[in-house]
Amino acid sequence: MPELSRRHILGMGAGALVVSSLSIPFSALAANTMATDAIMKFTGGAKPKDGLVTLDMPEIAENGNTVPVGVSVDSPMTADNYVKSVLVVADGNPSAGVATFHFSPMSGAAEASTRMRLAKTQNVIAVAAMSDGSFHSAQSVVKVTIGGCGG
Amino acid sequence: MAKIKPRVKLPKKAKAGETITIKTIISHKMESGRRKDKKGNVIARRIINTFACKFEGQTIFGCDIEPAISANPYFQFNAKVEKTGEFEFIWTDDNGDTYQKKQTIKVS
Repeated sequence: MPELSRRHILGMGAGALVVSSLSIPFSALAANTMATDAIMKFTGGAKPKDGLVTLDMPEIAENGNTVPVGVSVDSPMTADNYVKSVLVVADGNPSAGVATFHFSPMSGAAEASTRMRLAKTQNVIAVAAMSDGSFHSAQSVVKVTIGGCGG
Repeated sequence: MAKIKPRVKLPKKAKAGETITIKTIISHKMESGRRKDKKGNVIARRIINTFACKFEGQTIFGCDIEPAISANPYFQFNAKVEKTGEFEFIWTDDNGDTYQKKQTIKVS
């Protein structure tokens, strides 16, 4: 009987970690009702489509107090085709809302970045409202080492 | 709270039709309303709740802010400039104060 070595145990741990991290992203939109409510309120009940939106965030945030977040939306930004606003929500924070950016055709490019607080490892979701009435979204998982919401 | 000081960085000159990048930061604690003091009392929420950037009176970029934005809120965004004019940046505090900053740009 081979002994259960340190290497074996580490291997099992890593396997479990992969499984758990895989199962997070796909259930995210339904996982947290507060985040879902915020999105539904923003879209008026419409389900946002994937694509067009890019959410630029680190994979691992050491300090949850200041996590850089960048949002960009692929849009020509002309008077009749532009991005009206972008909602950013975090589904693991005590309150889901983070910020809503409002753009205009004079913005030139639908890009904005800021710094946010994250309480724990969670999904950050960005939803863009286009001038034609459609909605697009993107999300990313951020691992947080030290939470940033006080206590 | 320490003095609240807004800072803005944008180019002094640009070509007509160019999209410029604007960076803003304001020193503000952004008290989330969730922290407690040593006695266990909740510290009242006080954040910057909106930010707006106007060019010659027309709003170019705005932001509704929740407590989840970090202390000393930083924003980077773009603006398309067609003519020489003045940018105005307005931050609104929870207590009703507004902080403003103006900067002109020369467009050739």
